[in-house]
Amino acid sequence: MRKVYLDNAATTRLHDEVFAEMLPYLKDIYGNPSSIHSFGREARKAVEEAREKTAAALGAEPREIIFTSGATEANNIAIRGVARALLQKGRHIITTAVEHHAVLDACKALEEEGYRVTVLPVDAYGMVSPQDVADAIADDTILVSVMLANNEVGTVMPVAEIGKICRERGVIFHTDAVQAVGALPVNVDDLQVDLLSLSAHKFHGPKGVGALYVRKGTKLKVFSFGGAQERKMRPGTENVAGIVGLGKAIELATTGMEAKVSRIKAMRDKLIAGLLAIPDTRLNGHPEKRLPGNVNISVKYVEGESMILSLDLKGIAVSSGSACTSGSLDPSHVLMAMGLDHQTAHGSLRLTLSANNTEEEIDYVLSVMPDIVARLRAMSPVYPGKE
Amino acid sequence: MRFAAETGTVMRREIMRQVYLDNSATTAVLPEVAAEMQKVLLDAYGNPSSLHTMGVEAERIKNAARRILAEACGGREEELIFTSGGTEANNLAVKGVARRLKRRGRHLITTQVEHPSVLYACRALEEEGFSVTYLPVDGTGRVRLDALEEALQEDTLLVSVMHVNNETGTVMPVAEIGRLVKEKAPEALFHVDAVQSFGKLPVSAGDWQADLITISAHKIHGPKGCGALWRRAGVPLAPLFHGGDQEAGLRPGTENMAGIAGFAAAARLALAEQSKRAAGLARLKEFFLRAVFAAIPDITVNSPKEAAPHIVSITFPGVKGEVLVHELTRWGIYVSTGSACHSRRADPSHVLLAMGRTPKEIEATLRFSFSPLNTEAELEYTVEKLQQAVAHLRRLTRRK
Repeated sequence: MRKVYLDNAATTRLHDEVFAEMLPYLKDIYGNPSSIHSFGREARKAVEEAREKTAAALGAEPREIIFTSGATEANNIAIRGVARALLQKGRHIITTAVEHHAVLDACKALEEEGYRVTVLPVDAYGMVSPQDVADAIADDTILVSVMLANNEVGTVMPVAEIGKICRERGVIFHTDAVQAVGALPVNVDDLQVDLLSLSAHKFHGPKGVGALYVRKGTKLKVFSFGGAQERKMRPGTENVAGIVGLGKAIELATTGMEAKVSRIKAMRDKLIAGLLAIPDTRLNGHPEKRLPGNVNISVKYVEGESMILSLDLKGIAVSSGSACTSGSLDPSHVLMAMGLDHQTAHGSLRLTLSANNTEEEIDYVLSVMPDIVARLRAMSPVYPGKE
Repeated sequence: MRFAAETGTVMRREIMRQVYLDNSATTAVLPEVAAEMQKVLLDAYGNPSSLHTMGVEAERIKNAARRILAEACGGREEELIFTSGGTEANNLAVKGVARRLKRRGRHLITTQVEHPSVLYACRALEEEGFSVTYLPVDGTGRVRLDALEEALQEDTLLVSVMHVNNETGTVMPVAEIGRLVKEKAPEALFHVDAVQSFGKLPVSAGDWQADLITISAHKIHGPKGCGALWRRAGVPLAPLFHGGDQEAGLRPGTENMAGIAGFAAAARLALAEQSKRAAGLARLKEFFLRAVFAAIPDITVNSPKEAAPHIVSITFPGVKGEVLVHELTRWGIYVSTGSACHSRRADPSHVLLAMGRTPKEIEATLRFSFSPLNTEAELEYTVEKLQQAVAHLRRLTRRK
């Protein structure tokens, strides 16, 4: 059976070149970067080279990059780190209703510790308004966290505008850029962010490694303890091969990005047009300001989960929303925040592309989709078109 | 080294002999392990949380790995939590228990010779209002059971003791400690940091009456960046961070799948050959010690006779350990002065201090740690170079 992987927002296939770069650091140059002998120093050098590549891709300085076990940890270090460090200044945090759970749950945990959290609404496209951010900032606001691009509906947030507001008001600004790296230009100065999280496995790097950009002078309190690695911000023996993989992957993802992105966009638009040709469907998220690889549609009268399983039988891997909560029966918090009703939210499907996809694969998806929808609708008790 | 010779990727390695004797700091990934990782990275790359076939396949790989590792700890599949390594697992165990149970008590017990990840987690808890007893050790590095008995209180939440010390190889009497804890403070939980022993000595939650056990992949020829905390079912724990349903919400974030698959592969190999490997390591250690004693006068071995078979700590009076490390590096021999995480700090080893060594003695100490990949020929070569280096450095010291 042919295999079409359209779940690249959940995770991506490792790039072959990334694997080639990682392998020597597993088998031959396996020293512990903290060791003072040359075996350790070679591993250290590899970590520092990856740090330079990561910094270069973001327009940052190498010493502003902290490697983590992934974006969830990076988001937690950023949010809880700032909250704990600025305890004396205030206890107010601003975020949005459509953030990743790593951000929302970290904020929720802080709420239980006595912090005040403002969760800003979004419009029907999943967009937060910079004016709302400005209005929400109070004297005791210590942090604003707004994602760069949404993982479910692909909406690209006005982060640069929000960054400008935060800087004017003297508030630290964090952005979760997990979905954006390799898809949009991500420059920490253009975006005016103080903290930025990313994850390697979203841009053809390995799972289990991510990074947090921390602008020079930004105060963070450590919450994991042990060795002196990552300037004590993130102790533990470095995942050297993973870090090397991140460095290579971010270099590949951000080199020649425009050509890759325009190809992906063309496939995305074809996919959207084809899916919307099916009656009673709608596109979720912003029509223009959206990630080049994101398609999120609602198919009325059909359960998203049934569509996933039917497509899976045809060798097509897609999802209904974010992977991390796919086990739960609750409808997507993102779609609900955008004002979708329960039924429409439940009938949503996310198809996310990468440079590995081909136009032929898109044609294949579009060739099987109408039949799947028709068959599921025929079984649906709520479908009015039923005889 | 077998791998370097086989693949020869780095130019320098082709010319110079390489003897890696720093296996307590980290180890080489075995080819079989790398092959398992490659499969997960390039073929079975799904996200285990995804509903489609690729997600289901990833979930299956993860749970198979979970079963192997949990059973290796003497527990059940659902009791194991994957982490980014031993440091995180230790933090999760110590802080997770303390924070979750703070209404029941505020007292913890550990030893003065633990890994920094346990010691600093305890210090952080002290700042949060907990009190911590740091038990002393005897001259061999073994925790004093009388001190433990005295320290155990009714409201003690957790006792955290390592199985094998990373600097000296000293084996702690964890079964006796477990018995004592459950006898004197039945409500206290018992955590064992088994990072240095897992895959080398028997690890048994049942025999130790342990509630939590930390293990790490990169000490047993698995990859860096992956570890696990075994937690007996029902043991309460607060997560270190938040954000997803992975690992029962106790450790959110997309799983390090290649790391997990590599960890399980490494454990499978280590466990299948455990007694053979242990016997081989014991032979290497004996061979090494005999050769060192024959070649170099006036040395002290800090590791007790009954220490784990893969770690030897030796003091070479009159020599600076750090200088000796660099001297040996010139000959392609890699050893360390103590734990790797400590090697960039100036302060003397807290482990050897607790064992009653003087700062001067500590400064003159090296750690040699073996793996089954080492050979007697490598050790012969090492002793030869070690003898020359020590003699040379001692002559220099005397001249001053």
